[in-house]
Amino acid sequence: MTDVQTRELPAGRTTGRNVGRPIDRVDGTAKTTGAARYAAEYPYPGLTHAALVHATISRGRITSVDTAEAAAVPGVLAVITHLNAPAMKPPPPVSPLNLSTLVSGTTVNYLNTDEVHWDGQPVGVVVAETREAALRAAALVRVGYRELPATVDFAAGQGDARPEKSSPIQPGAVAKGDAAAAIAAAAVSVDVRYTTPPHHHNAIEPHATTAVWDGDRLTVHEGSQSIAWMRSHLALRFGVPAAGVRVISPYVGGAFGGKGMVWAGTVLTVLAARVTGRPVRLALTREGVYRTVGGRTPSAQRVALGASADGALTGLIHTSVTRTGRVGGMPEQVTSASRHLYDVPNITLQQATVPLDLLSNTAMRAPGESIGTFALEAAIDELACELDMDPILLRMRNEPARDPVDGKRFAHRMLREAYALGAERFGWPERTPRPGSMRDGKWLVGMGVATAYHPSWQFSANVTVRLAADGTVVVRCGFHEMGMGGATAQAQIAADALGVPFEAVRVEYGDSDLPTGPAAGGSAQTASVAAGLLAACEKLKRSVLALARRSGDSPLRGRRPHDLQARDGGLWAGASGPGETYAAILGRAGRASVEARVGSDTRAGEILGQAKFIAKFLRDRRRWVKAACGAQFCEVRVDSDTGEVRVSRWVGSFDVGTVINAKTTAGQLRGGIVMGIGMALSEETLLDPRTGRIMNPNLAEYHVPVHADIPPIDVHYLNEPDPTMPLGLIGVGEVSITGVAAAISNAVYHATGKRVRDLPITLDKLL
Amino acid sequence: MRPFTYLRAPDVATAVRAISAEPGAKFIGGGTNLVDLLREDIEQPGTVIDITGLPLTGVEELPDGGIRIGALVRNSHLAAHRLVTTRYPMLSQAILSGASPQLRNMATTGGNLLQRTRCLYFYDGAAACNKREPGSGCDAIGGFNRQHGVLGVSDDCLATHPSDMCVALAALDATVETRSEHGVRRIPLVDLHRLPGTTPHRETVLAADELITAIELPPPPSGAVSRYRKVRDRASYAFALVSVAAVLKVRDGSVSTVRLALGGVAPKPWRAYAAERALLAAPATEESFTRAAEAELTAATARPGNAFKIELARRTIVATLRDLLAEGSAA
Ligand SMILES: Cc1cc2nc3c(=O)[nH]c(=O)nc-3n(C[C@H](O)[C@H](O)[C@H](O)COP(=O)(O)OP(=O)(O)OC[C@H]3O[C@@H](n4cnc5c(N)ncnc54)[C@H](O)[C@@H]3O)c2cc1C
Repeated sequence: MTDVQTRELPAGRTTGRNVGRPIDRVDGTAKTTGAARYAAEYPYPGLTHAALVHATISRGRITSVDTAEAAAVPGVLAVITHLNAPAMKPPPPVSPLNLSTLVSGTTVNYLNTDEVHWDGQPVGVVVAETREAALRAAALVRVGYRELPATVDFAAGQGDARPEKSSPIQPGAVAKGDAAAAIAAAAVSVDVRYTTPPHHHNAIEPHATTAVWDGDRLTVHEGSQSIAWMRSHLALRFGVPAAGVRVISPYVGGAFGGKGMVWAGTVLTVLAARVTGRPVRLALTREGVYRTVGGRTPSAQRVALGASADGALTGLIHTSVTRTGRVGGMPEQVTSASRHLYDVPNITLQQATVPLDLLSNTAMRAPGESIGTFALEAAIDELACELDMDPILLRMRNEPARDPVDGKRFAHRMLREAYALGAERFGWPERTPRPGSMRDGKWLVGMGVATAYHPSWQFSANVTVRLAADGTVVVRCGFHEMGMGGATAQAQIAADALGVPFEAVRVEYGDSDLPTGPAAGGSAQTASVAAGLLAACEKLKRSVLALARRSGDSPLRGRRPHDLQARDGGLWAGASGPGETYAAILGRAGRASVEARVGSDTRAGEILGQAKFIAKFLRDRRRWVKAACGAQFCEVRVDSDTGEVRVSRWVGSFDVGTVINAKTTAGQLRGGIVMGIGMALSEETLLDPRTGRIMNPNLAEYHVPVHADIPPIDVHYLNEPDPTMPLGLIGVGEVSITGVAAAISNAVYHATGKRVRDLPITLDKLL
Repeated sequence: MRPFTYLRAPDVATAVRAISAEPGAKFIGGGTNLVDLLREDIEQPGTVIDITGLPLTGVEELPDGGIRIGALVRNSHLAAHRLVTTRYPMLSQAILSGASPQLRNMATTGGNLLQRTRCLYFYDGAAACNKREPGSGCDAIGGFNRQHGVLGVSDDCLATHPSDMCVALAALDATVETRSEHGVRRIPLVDLHRLPGTTPHRETVLAADELITAIELPPPPSGAVSRYRKVRDRASYAFALVSVAAVLKVRDGSVSTVRLALGGVAPKPWRAYAAERALLAAPATEESFTRAAEAELTAATARPGNAFKIELARRTIVATLRDLLAEGSAA
């Protein structure tokens, strides 16, 4: 159904034997046969089960708790509330000196307070011999409240939004020239408002924790995007040494940002295990995930554009309001793509946020860019219509040579090429521009296009690589596998770097006892681990060469590292020169293995690593603008009677640097498009503005796309390396959700002549 | 979920005896609705009587050319049954447009009739709901009511009956057969469900101890064409915003037979009698279809969230009849 096209690499560049190939993921068999064990599947002798009691008010104080009925349910071991919970240390304030402080989902010290901050906040946890007993008892805990006035309605609260301040990571505002004046004076202009609703991740695996104490040592099984930070967080909250805390997370059943933070369920499982002295498992219900794990903020945005009659942009204003919880959450970089996409002399960008009495928002696939590109790229389409100009032409007319805001160089930018490839594959020239002009029977057919854009990041990763005398390699790094294919990609990279077969490499990950890996976020994991891995492989080859040179018999005697090629299970002087296998070198030296390590996991090493990382990060940011980008093309069919929208065709053409694994990359790109289709057409968390309560916390009423909603998705990528990134790779996890909603809304306009500026584009908005 | 006693009834007589002996007991068919309601503590039966072992799993032809469907026939089985696909294709279409294959494999004919509303506030124990807790109020009225009804609703309840199958059955003049200790009853399907009025918790005319045993359909009108059209928020696996079950026969340019029922717009499968009256003997034209739809919908009342349903229903009725007209003339 889906066609993945891999561009041949230009001649003259050496490609590895494995990097770029569509190799099957190494965990595929374990997952498809059910052998893969997820966090809620670890058996322990004496395992108990927990369930949460959720507050049903948005703000107030607990005045009474009646646990008698709950405690009487057969099999119940403990009913823990703020009245009897042991003290925990509060979540730490965010500190740039300790990045793990970023990982608190909220600032609430659960069950250590009588205060309620959102509808759904856990106010109790029940532990029982069975999950059924725990759930039943949780339903029987009666909690009385004194309600306090709460502000929960985003639409009503927007007036109180405060402009965001800039941070070194994210500028909250841009003011270049005078955009308002330029737009007022422009020959053609648009000034439009867009809104997007709250969303939830809905990973197929609901959040689950299994926690076991042994004295002050703690083992936690949890599907997580940040095991190292989770370890530090739990150690701090429970006042035990981090070295004794182990977070194990080999399989994460989808995350999309929803498993980046430490949420209530994790902390309370550990607490419950502390109280009962038994291993405790908490598998959240789907509703439990909605009530205790943050989702994507809603947004209200304004985009105003001015252009000359020939389509040269003269002014751009993009402003946004999003919300956080009063107890945590983060501003989203809604206007981020507007900084980089168009060559405009006058730009005003401003993000504002309003804190509400709701659960913190959190990152969800391309936070900021996914909703920001909806507004920006729909507005560009509106301007193209005003100009009577092809929307691709308008974009290419304004494609910048350097960053429009500060003139920095692009590390790599091939948006023109992505558009050219996509337009050809999609058949864009067949589109007739007039709205409603492409009817097919009762179906109104429309074609839309939009730009995808996501910044590329790189964090630090500690990695060890061990080469054994039998030629096998073990890579160790505590990174995360949420389904992207990370272990497979890193094995490909290691195999090529060391010149060993792919099958000879085993990658260990998903365990906080391993060298510390990066948090999986910002589409940065592959590049971050690859950088550490490549460095470790280099070190390793030097060590091996040093071993070889110690012997008078080695053909590598006198060779320098840069003379050598790693291939055929050894080191060789050039393509045809002498050399020998690792097995021979290690065998002669009497060594069972050689190991190399990058980064240190000691406290001092961590601080040093963090300092180095921040220094490199800031240096990089001063020099370059780095991003993945692409062009999204779609065809929609709108029922002329009922307004039902069906996406009938998709072509995504991306510039994501070097592709490590053609198969998993295509999977990531396609998955983002699917999620974007959901965002465009059906997904919306219904939060009752009267109460702050989520009313559709389940998969029957929160409409993610089903198979029948998804057309064949044709994914292409340019496969041109970014010279500033390891192996030239740019992360692919998020870019492909960006631009999707805009492409669909533009196609719907082309089909119907109606602009829907409020997501999701449900049929009632088209009647 | 509260603990309950579980019984398995081997035959109809035992099932009926068991339910009359246990006030507050509930039958369980496929359990695809009841188990959710148990989990949410909305239904609280002390005893659950499993009726899936009852010998009510056949689809039989009746002497008059109609069919009799056992109450325990699974939805997927019914949709695929030859007697249904050949004589009542609209019923197949309706069933297949509902839920998912897995749910349809479990769901039974009787259970489908008695499935309860999907109103978000009915499902949420923290919300006010006159249906769940009589007299507590209705949070849907000032809240999310996009899914809710525009016909037959009251100031106490806006909830819709969510079944697709029932809408087709309403248009096909189905009769429901029940058994209790008091004997056998036959109830026209269109009279099975009540309108909410001031007692939205009373959803059907059935007594608590009545077992649905079968559904009977009269023979389909000869020479008519039929169709079930469901409009929803995604291509599959969503409840109807509006659905239309229509049977149409045109002779000499005029409507000679018409049956029309609506789903997604009312507290019960809604037989559109006013529209039928307007159509019968009228010229089979788009104008007549529109007039008929409007005749039905003049009684509609809407809230801000569901006002679109009136226009959507009008359009869907007209489009469905238009399609049937084309299909009938092509045949
Ligand atoms: C996620 C989801 C999506 C769905 N989508 C749709 C949809 O799009 N369209 C649609 O039409 N339906 C949909 N459904 C509903 C589904 O069709 C019903 O749940 C199903 O038909 C109920 O049948 P059952 O046998 O499982 O009933 P049960 O759950 O077993 O019972 C339902 C009720 O009927 C009573 N009952 C059952 N059998 C009898 C009997 N013989 N006599 C007397 N009382 C009886 C029970 O006591 C109970 O009160 C969906 C359900 C789910 C969970």
